[in-house]
Amino acid sequence: MLTKKQLFTRGMLDISPHMLSVIPFGIICGAIGVELGFHPYLVYAMSFIIFGGASQIVFLQLLSGGASSLVAVTSVGIINSRHLLYGAVLSEYLEKLSFIKKLLISYVVVDQGFAESNKFFKKNRSEEFLHYHLIGTGCTMWVCWQIATLSGIVLGSFVPEELGLKFAIPLTFIAIVVQDLKKLDHVIVMITCGLSSLLFFDAPFKSYIIISPIIALFVAGLLLRLKK
Amino acid sequence: MTLTAIIFAGILTYFTRMTMIALISRDMLGDKIKAVLEYVPSAVFPAIIFPGIFINDFGTFIEMNDPKIFGALVAVIVGYFSKNIIATISAGLISYWFLIFVVFS
Repeated sequence: MLTKKQLFTRGMLDISPHMLSVIPFGIICGAIGVELGFHPYLVYAMSFIIFGGASQIVFLQLLSGGASSLVAVTSVGIINSRHLLYGAVLSEYLEKLSFIKKLLISYVVVDQGFAESNKFFKKNRSEEFLHYHLIGTGCTMWVCWQIATLSGIVLGSFVPEELGLKFAIPLTFIAIVVQDLKKLDHVIVMITCGLSSLLFFDAPFKSYIIISPIIALFVAGLLLRLKK
Repeated sequence: MTLTAIIFAGILTYFTRMTMIALISRDMLGDKIKAVLEYVPSAVFPAIIFPGIFINDFGTFIEMNDPKIFGALVAVIVGYFSKNIIATISAGLISYWFLIFVVFS
């Protein structure tokens, strides 16, 4: 049995390699917000209140492009709706927690944290304090995101744009799914999702980000049926 | 005005995170749904990966000889064999930089 502290530390360690892409991206996000002409406090408030990577940039870009607040808020909601799927997966491991703890832990559920904690959970189902791993990944992400976006806001885009560091984001997610390329069913699901996301990229409110996972999960369901 | 919108966007985002964790109990999901949920990472992350590679900042498709495609392929190969996140990201970035700064400059 691992202690709470050991699990928390393990979570921190498991997510920390992803900071290689998260920190430059956070700096870029902060800098873009200020460049678009928004008040620095507002740009920072988003990192605290929304705490949702790309959705923050989309929100500001829409507003500065003249879109209504309703459109901007809806887009953030749709982009972040993928968390519903993460929650559905995590609920199995968090079932024993009290309602209040579930409410608190939810705030720190992020893409990379979900991915790494889910991998850990699958291998260590019997651990009693599993959720400390998720708190570890989530808090690490939270702290780094706050610091990164703040530095972008204060110092401007001191990360040279020519480096194209936004490209680190797809790379970070490649690192997450690459081992599943060993399994044919997962490859089919990934390709379905990827191609759908390109096909539906222009769908309103950035909805490709939830439409393509739904199509891919549907295909996963069909594959499961074929396997039997 | 903008702050109000940010607060609404934040509440909405929080609900996407909280709903399934706090309001759904695992018994409400059948075995079939649970089996499908095993595929969530593979079904979600390519929707971030593919557009990040194949679509540029202006929302249009990149050329088939774009350095990002090469960088992503290198990342996949290095990631597959090294099983190391830092190696995967670095390999992708370095091969991408090599193309844009050395080969195509």
